[in-house]
Amino acid sequence: MSERITRAQIPISELTITPGSACQGCGAALAARLSFKALGPNVIRHGIPCCPDSVTQTPRVGTVFEGGGAQLTGTARALKAIGREDVLAVGFYGDGGTYDIGFQGLSAAAERNENIIVITKDNEAYMNTGNQRSGATPKYARTSTNPIGPRSRGKPRPKKNIPFIFAAHYVPYVGTASVGFPEDLIAKVTYMKTIKGFRMLIVQSPCPVGWRFDPAKTIEIARSSVQSGIWPLYEILDGKTFKLNYKPKELKPVTEYLSPQARFRHMTEDEIADIQETATANWENLLKADEMGRLTL
Amino acid sequence: MANRVLTGTRFVHGDWACAEGAISAGCGYYAAYPITPATEIAERIAQRFPVLGGKFIQFEDEIGAIASVIGASFSGLKAMTATSGPGVSLMLENIGLAVMTEAPCVIVNVMRGGPSTGQPTMGAQGDVMQCRWGMHGDVETIALAPQSVQEMYDLTVEAFNLSEAYRTPVFLLSDANIGHLYERLTIPREEELTLVDRKRPTLPPSEYLPYRADESLVPPMASFGDGYRFYSTGLTHDEKGYPDMSVETQDKLVRRLCDKIRRNTDKITMVETLMTDDCEVLVVAYGIAARSAATAVKQARERGLKAGLLRLVSLWPFPDKLLEKMAEDAKAVIVAEMNYGQLVREVERAVKPKPVRFLPKLGENPHTPGEILEAIRRIDA
Repeated sequence: MSERITRAQIPISELTITPGSACQGCGAALAARLSFKALGPNVIRHGIPCCPDSVTQTPRVGTVFEGGGAQLTGTARALKAIGREDVLAVGFYGDGGTYDIGFQGLSAAAERNENIIVITKDNEAYMNTGNQRSGATPKYARTSTNPIGPRSRGKPRPKKNIPFIFAAHYVPYVGTASVGFPEDLIAKVTYMKTIKGFRMLIVQSPCPVGWRFDPAKTIEIARSSVQSGIWPLYEILDGKTFKLNYKPKELKPVTEYLSPQARFRHMTEDEIADIQETATANWENLLKADEMGRLTL
Repeated sequence: MANRVLTGTRFVHGDWACAEGAISAGCGYYAAYPITPATEIAERIAQRFPVLGGKFIQFEDEIGAIASVIGASFSGLKAMTATSGPGVSLMLENIGLAVMTEAPCVIVNVMRGGPSTGQPTMGAQGDVMQCRWGMHGDVETIALAPQSVQEMYDLTVEAFNLSEAYRTPVFLLSDANIGHLYERLTIPREEELTLVDRKRPTLPPSEYLPYRADESLVPPMASFGDGYRFYSTGLTHDEKGYPDMSVETQDKLVRRLCDKIRRNTDKITMVETLMTDDCEVLVVAYGIAARSAATAVKQARERGLKAGLLRLVSLWPFPDKLLEKMAEDAKAVIVAEMNYGQLVREVERAVKPKPVRFLPKLGENPHTPGEILEAIRRIDA
């Protein structure tokens, strides 16, 4: 399990290249900045086409959209063969490359328990091509391929529960993180470095352009997502040991998260109630699992 | 119910025109995965289909998109996907399946700079050979190359017609320059459109064989649910559609699949000529490059140089005989395309032993008319 750290313990070193190709208020760029601080310089980063690209000073290997899990496997196995297991093989992918087109290769790598780290900057749609829905897009969100009209209310189905799906591969580590909680994110990446095998961290990364909010509010939105139970922070070891890392006494209403984002602006009271109900029920389940310290997958 | 055919004149971009062309042609199923510079087609379809009753699905990848298009085609819908070169690379196994099982469908490739991720937002004509030879095995394909926003509409309709007529996948080879270009588009009235539907079986269900063709070499196609027994496989199959590994069946099937297109090359071929009657220098171009070539040819004529343009509107099947005939009286042929040498090889083969001068172009910008004019002038000098 990760161990709590304070803000003062966040490494000072910066391994991302500024200003990079990111938009103002880019959550994914912040996810990269924080993750690579913790990973340090001894890393071969693997990337697939996504935004923001070209973000770190460490060596980088690009691959095709569907090739993430497999190419990372090749690098990790070759590093072992040449006796350089000190070098971390890290995949820094987007949600499309994790939830959709890249899923098959990552699932296979997880099943083989490859010695790799996968960090997903989850901005909940294909933002690089202009906000088309992905398997990570939440229910009711408007995207350019889920328009709002008389026969379309945004995305009709909920976001895939990808952390649980990967946990169900019984891999050493799966965690969720948020750019609004940097200490938690750094602590998790630091812990991932101390163990071997398949390790994955999904980082919710607000996108001001796609989610349509004021770029100054990235952190507020990231925090309200966690505080309202929409994006709980937890970690799952070996598909069974479970820990909630952030437990407010009371959840904030989901409207605090939904309202500032224009992608949810069309939602009716019933639709908001649906999201509230789902978030509350999910939170209660997670609290129970946290009390027991384990999951049954 | 919203209007299917949006008759009228508008100022729109090529991807928009393509989406409307598909809707006008009667496309009822569209599947795709986001990719620059073709995404806008999906976005337009996503807006239009819910009220028209069409089915739009964004898939987890391009493999899923084309596979579902084949499924929809067998269920009787006119089906399409749009992507760019990297997406076509992923689709090719399934496109081969569509060729083998004779599933009519339209694949739009809004080409961008390659290889690999290349230049996603920038136009190129580098996938001309990919759509011809990308599938394994012996195949013939049909490909159309629009040069304007208007043709993005017109040729999308035509692509559906050809795919239905020949029961085969048809490529629309556009590029980022045309996909993202804003121009005038005139959509005709619905009754002015010529639409072709696949040939349906006329025999009673007990006598129908899904892969028995008449002299047209195109078998009538029953849809799932029509009451006919339909059996389809990517394996070499007999007229019943059952797998048959004999030499005779492989020979007969592959010949028929190729010949149904080869024998109709003259019928499928679409070209446009400009001042070719007495030309000494024949310029061959297609797509966006042909627009510069047309200006260059006109400028050459103003300078007293006898140049002419052959614009290939359809690229595959390649019109060998037509090229040979057109180049007969020319001193030389110039081929201008936005790649490092693809269709020029076909032209060289067809016009042999005429000298062929190749004008490659890499990177976003098409040839300038000046570059092509200079090449004409050098040949004439």
